[in-house]
Amino acid sequence: MAVIKGILGWLEDRTGVMGAIKPVLDHKVPYTNWKTGWWYVLGSAVLVAFMIQVITGIALSTSYVSSAGDAYNSLKFITEEMTFGSFLRGMHFWGGSAMVLLVGAHALHVFIIGAFKFPREVNWLSGVVLFFATLGMGFTGQLLRWDQTAFWSVIVGADQAARTPFIGESLAKFVMAGNTVGGATLSRFFAYHVFFIPGIIFLFVGLHLFLVIRNGISEPPQRGEAVDPKTYRQRYHNMLEKTGVPFWPDAVWRDAVAAIIVVLAVVALGIFLGPPSLEAPPDPTQLSVYPRPDWYLLWYFSVLALIPPKAEPYVILGGPGLAVVLMIILPLVANKGERSPLRRPWAMGFVLLLVIMISTLWITGLVSPWSPNTRTQPINPALFQASTAQVQKGVQLFYDKGCQYCHAIDINDTSLSDSNGPGGARVVGGARGPNLSTVGSRLTHEQIVVRILNGGNAMPQFGTLLKPDELDAIVAFLETRTNASDNKQGQGKGVEVSLNGQK
Amino acid sequence: MKQDYDTTNEKESLAPGHHPGPLPTDVRDTHVWDDTPEAINRRKFLTQLSIALGGLTGVALVVPVAAFIVAPLFKETPILWRQVKVNGQPGTLDKFKVGETVEVSFEDSSPVAWAGVTALTAAWMRRTSETEFTTFAVNCSHLGCPVTWLPGAQLFMCPCHGGVYYADGRVAAGPPPQALFHYETRVNNGNVEVKATGVPIPTE
Repeated sequence: MAVIKGILGWLEDRTGVMGAIKPVLDHKVPYTNWKTGWWYVLGSAVLVAFMIQVITGIALSTSYVSSAGDAYNSLKFITEEMTFGSFLRGMHFWGGSAMVLLVGAHALHVFIIGAFKFPREVNWLSGVVLFFATLGMGFTGQLLRWDQTAFWSVIVGADQAARTPFIGESLAKFVMAGNTVGGATLSRFFAYHVFFIPGIIFLFVGLHLFLVIRNGISEPPQRGEAVDPKTYRQRYHNMLEKTGVPFWPDAVWRDAVAAIIVVLAVVALGIFLGPPSLEAPPDPTQLSVYPRPDWYLLWYFSVLALIPPKAEPYVILGGPGLAVVLMIILPLVANKGERSPLRRPWAMGFVLLLVIMISTLWITGLVSPWSPNTRTQPINPALFQASTAQVQKGVQLFYDKGCQYCHAIDINDTSLSDSNGPGGARVVGGARGPNLSTVGSRLTHEQIVVRILNGGNAMPQFGTLLKPDELDAIVAFLETRTNASDNKQGQGKGVEVSLNGQK
Repeated sequence: MKQDYDTTNEKESLAPGHHPGPLPTDVRDTHVWDDTPEAINRRKFLTQLSIALGGLTGVALVVPVAAFIVAPLFKETPILWRQVKVNGQPGTLDKFKVGETVEVSFEDSSPVAWAGVTALTAAWMRRTSETEFTTFAVNCSHLGCPVTWLPGAQLFMCPCHGGVYYADGRVAAGPPPQALFHYETRVNNGNVEVKATGVPIPTE
């Protein structure tokens, strides 16, 4: 023991590290109780998640090959053959998910308690950089999986960048690192994900933490205690003198609890859910793909699907642009006044709106009703009690002509089990257009014909695509789909899904 | 000897005569700077020199690195005619029937050696007459997802947001702002070739 203490004493004498850290550990922070205090762990929890990413990322990088021709195989090798490979990939994925989730929660908490106000404007601004860097890590990380979805995600990303006025084409080329997605693309995204963005994150985490110490942790807001830049610092100082507690250990212990929860949760998810499965290789000639972003950008995928096409040029750039601008000007224009959420009804209304909007879009994104169901299978006409040859032909054409990709229809079949689920009463087809299970009761013969021939916003005009007898057969089949037939088959009502006001 | 090292009271635990941390600030505060005009000028010069050298060092590092990173944007890569393949077979004229749309693939104009399978690009090729072909990029004009040809319905359909196109590439339904893009196509000695211009980038 004496020897160790001697060594430590010598080390401290020659480096002064403890002497430099001690004031940080001992500095006073506002007293928080069990109600307010736990919210303050979010920031350090993001840092813990980031550390998980650094550690697992370094481990994965020892076996990952950032070459477009080999990356997929190296990932397969990591996942299937390396000791703990699948687990580490799982931890890296769930650690990233935790980081995105926690950085969002941290930003929301800071917004709600008005902690971005004077003198902590730059704390917030450096956090904005970290927020977008985190999303950037998520996007580039998904690409490094270098499977089919990754491949097409680059193109989708480039196409969005291409909407930028004037420099759009250059930006798109920059994203792809050339005219096509190929060898040069992946090397670049690897560099972004492993060097560029983490470098920015390290830099800004440093600044962010420095500012947290320098400006002090914000105190839980009190109603009526408005922030006035002239008096705030003095008031904060007096408050610390009176009721402040030492950072170590009075505040840190909650961070320690949060840290172990984050780590255990990520480990558990890595073990039990594992990494996202690798899809097919990134072969550009395999076109039966179903690309979608990982969950943290799924809500934005919904935005792109749901906005009216005419608004797209503005939303694709304006949306993220507006988010950045709002986040930057927020602390500059609103750095004074009440911090308490109870005195900031507009701000809280905005938070509510944002949370509702993103969760709704996210849930919608999980279902993705706008995507045609390209996996739907032809239906046996017998399931519709199709009596005549014309109706039977109509059932076949309903599939052949693509109707079924977008329109759902109720069937009752116990023999048919496929990717859509087990047999029995169920709905087949897509959710892009309305469910047609009862269309015979809803629309007249003429209305059905007119709709098929003329199409709509989301439906092609089939006027030139169908021969007269084909049209007749499809209409004949649809006319057998009535309330009565739907009930007779013993199912619940088909769910009406419509997009863009289409019926 | 009893060790009394204790983090809460480390100053006393250190060997006598040692200062923990940096030099006491009072040493510097009490130092009297040489304030003669020569000394001030000299300090001014050294300040400017240091800043200039620092800036120069930065430029020397940043310029080549930045050039390296943005170079691909300005590099004129040759655009080549590439013979297409159909189902892995060389795309000769006899592989295509008039009025049919089939998937073809071709090699990019200048793939790197390690591109692997990503050196290829797919396209939908339609033989419109004995001598004419139309080659559609697979990329939906909305956000670039690959469209699929539905031969029964004679439609292209995008799996991402439900964009639909007619056989001639016109928008039939959904969010796409414009028709499918074309690659230039030619018949060269009985071989069907396309101009490998890369991923079409929608510009408005």
